[in-house]
Amino acid sequence: MTEQAAAAVKQHEPWLRIVNRPVISRRKAWAIRAAAFIAAILCGALLILLLGHSPFAVYSEMIKGAVGSKISLVSTIKIAIPLLIAALSVALSFKMQFWNIGAEGQILAGGIAASYFALYWAGAMPALILFLLMCAAAAAAGALWGAIPALCKAKWNTNETLFTLMLNYVALGLIKYLQAGPWQKPGGHPQIAMFDDAARLPKIFDVHIGWIIAIVLVAVVSVFLSRSKHGFETAVVGQSPNTARYAGMHVGRVLVRTMIFAGALAGIVGFIQVSGADYTLTENTAGGVGFTAITVAWLAQLHPLAMMAVAVFIAVLEKGAGRIQTTYGIPASASDVLIGIILFFMLGCEFFIHYRLILRKGGKARG
Amino acid sequence: MSAQNEIAIQMKEVSKIFYGKTIANDKISLDIRRGEILALLGENGSGKTTLVNMLSGIYFPDHGEIFVNGKKASIRSPRDAFALGIGMVHQHFKLIDVLTAAENIILGLPGGVTIDRKTLYGQIRDIAAKYGFDLSPEKKIYNMSVSEKQTVEIVKVLYRGADILILDEPTAVLTPQETTKLFAVLRRMKEDNKTVVIITHKLNEVMEVSDRVHILRKGRYVGTVDTKQTSVQELTEKMVGRAISLSIDRPEVADKKLKIDAHGLTCVNEEGVTTLEGVDVQLYGGEILGVAGIAGSGQKELCEAIAGLQPLTAGSIVFHGQDAQGNPKAEDIAGRPPMDRIKRGIAMSFVPEDRLGMGLVAAMDMTDNVMLRSYYRNKGPFVDRQAPRKLAQDLVERLEIVTPGVNVPVRLLSGGNVQKVLLGREIASRPQVLIVAYPVRGLDINSSYTVYSLLNEEKKKGVAVLFVGEDLDVLLQISDRIMVLCGGKLSGVVDAKTASKEQIGLMMTHVGGENAAKEDNGND
Repeated sequence: MTEQAAAAVKQHEPWLRIVNRPVISRRKAWAIRAAAFIAAILCGALLILLLGHSPFAVYSEMIKGAVGSKISLVSTIKIAIPLLIAALSVALSFKMQFWNIGAEGQILAGGIAASYFALYWAGAMPALILFLLMCAAAAAAGALWGAIPALCKAKWNTNETLFTLMLNYVALGLIKYLQAGPWQKPGGHPQIAMFDDAARLPKIFDVHIGWIIAIVLVAVVSVFLSRSKHGFETAVVGQSPNTARYAGMHVGRVLVRTMIFAGALAGIVGFIQVSGADYTLTENTAGGVGFTAITVAWLAQLHPLAMMAVAVFIAVLEKGAGRIQTTYGIPASASDVLIGIILFFMLGCEFFIHYRLILRKGGKARG
Repeated sequence: MSAQNEIAIQMKEVSKIFYGKTIANDKISLDIRRGEILALLGENGSGKTTLVNMLSGIYFPDHGEIFVNGKKASIRSPRDAFALGIGMVHQHFKLIDVLTAAENIILGLPGGVTIDRKTLYGQIRDIAAKYGFDLSPEKKIYNMSVSEKQTVEIVKVLYRGADILILDEPTAVLTPQETTKLFAVLRRMKEDNKTVVIITHKLNEVMEVSDRVHILRKGRYVGTVDTKQTSVQELTEKMVGRAISLSIDRPEVADKKLKIDAHGLTCVNEEGVTTLEGVDVQLYGGEILGVAGIAGSGQKELCEAIAGLQPLTAGSIVFHGQDAQGNPKAEDIAGRPPMDRIKRGIAMSFVPEDRLGMGLVAAMDMTDNVMLRSYYRNKGPFVDRQAPRKLAQDLVERLEIVTPGVNVPVRLLSGGNVQKVLLGREIASRPQVLIVAYPVRGLDINSSYTVYSLLNEEKKKGVAVLFVGEDLDVLLQISDRIMVLCGGKLSGVVDAKTASKEQIGLMMTHVGGENAAKEDNGND
């Protein structure tokens, strides 16, 4: 009878249960992340083995390719700069639980505005003024791109995810129009001319000064989120719009204001890309940075300082993946899979930080 | 009555543990007899609901055994429970609004493609007649009052042939008259040799309806008493674990000044339904004005309208305060947003019903939550967390808030402590008007009495307090006057010292109370 009952208990309990973790210590959380990283590396090694290479050699080649020489280090940092600033931008909107996936479009809008001054005003004024003007115009254009969906959400409660996504295509279409129309380079191809030297960002330590701008912006966003009244309001609106209203905050105003700030940051990315990296405006100016930035922001748990590390980490992955393509002839698709595996583990481990699994026997916790 | 001592359900050392550490039920052994009304008494969080959920198949015990009618049972789902004749009426009804009572009753039962409504209605009417229910099978749920919905839930359980009925806090949503009716039904079920288990923390009701009382405290079984041989005082002591005074003070304040004079408050919600209709309120400093009414009678709208969070379609709210020179000044603040009021020096505090969803930010710590009410006063673009942190630490000490620290998210605090944070913050802003909605809901007795005395202190300071409550016994003890809402209208205002529960109950269901009720019955 008792054995039967015990069997019944077992029958009822599913073999695996997912249970919410109310609190987790910082150390344990980091241990989980470290474990996930190791698991990702091992899983990636399996893929490399399947491709017929030595995982050890490929991994070390990746690291060498990303940070091994000065040239590779410089190009890795050039990948990290736009990622970092764009991540700061989306982090602001995510802090407000405004699901903005329009950083891509905001970057392009900023790039367009900066390009206007680079193409038509270069040489007509001192370099410093030109750069300030380009930066301000880019920020304003990005802010406009960010503010439109926020305004509509505040006024008519529109869906910000769809809205910001659609605006990406509007910005892209605008660039294509400019390429084939008013801004077309003489010579027949639908292209925009390369910028004059006067409109190219100067370099410090062989990297365009975008890296200094990025570090300054990390500090600004960090202080904004943790110490400013606006940052506090942004967080309260994100957590509970009802509480915000109760506390006397103007929810719509906070939405628009924060999105203006977020859009401006993304616009600055556009300016840095056209003026510091590409020296022209193309439909690849954003090149997916606005989407990868979402990964960066979440991996860093929306902490600006952590975003610096994560942006560099992802840049290393991308650069390293490029290197192994040339050295080992690993196809681009396979190296993308490798990056995908690593990111999957890193993002997936957050699940184990918030939940734990209970196996039926013994009820032991895992993860 | 003959089978009074036959045991229907026996639980042996039953335990349930959540998250691997929260022990909701700790080795509980008890029995439930056939043909008795058994009360399961305990404070919030004492494990009553968890215990019965193991009988109704929602949870499965981690340890222990359950015997039903002498046979060992393994209740793995509500279906298993029904097969054993156990039916449960939950606190939150599980009915489908657009279906009729009859459709809800047979929902989920095996049957053919078509419904023989005639037979079905007949069966339902038979059950209703047998136990004295008022129920029309063809009525849609959305047309029903809360008490009618509860009736549907009970009939649903009976229709499925349950002979052991478990009711979770059945009276929480009922008026006194409806409660009396329900108890009459329960007694008829008992005469029919059915077993009734009611979960409650209302002592008067335990005394009125039950035969025996099982008492739980902090997940443990404390003991059983025969209702005939016990008293409210003894039950409280067993439930709380120590002697406690059950009377609530009603201090007299001599100087009562009019603070708020509101007229014709009317609100229309987004669906175009009028939720508040022409309500007049006068709030006096040094007075607690109780608000009684069935849930959803406009209490929320009334509070939010006065607090400036609810747009008014009509009405005026005149605030009587002082200008900078200390001269009396009256101004209409209707339609003015909260920030604007603050700028005008109107100090109003509001403890909303939804504590974590409106009053506090669940994911933020105590410091930030305290700061919510003062951050804008700091000059410059930055916030200052020092003063709020100090106030938070102060509140922890003064109100005995149990928390690992002021840096812990408030969502991790227990209900009582969350309420202390909220109430403490609101009182700390030195209001002239304090609005509290259901301030003791979910709180244990001790915390409840802390809240009552905090409100009385504010009253003595000359603050005008608006107290929305659900327990009429409490409202009658603590309030000076009670305004009764019914369907968004003001049913009347009574003197709490002389009013009776029955009188208020009638006013809750009929605008105007007794006379209107008589007319209503005459028209039927």
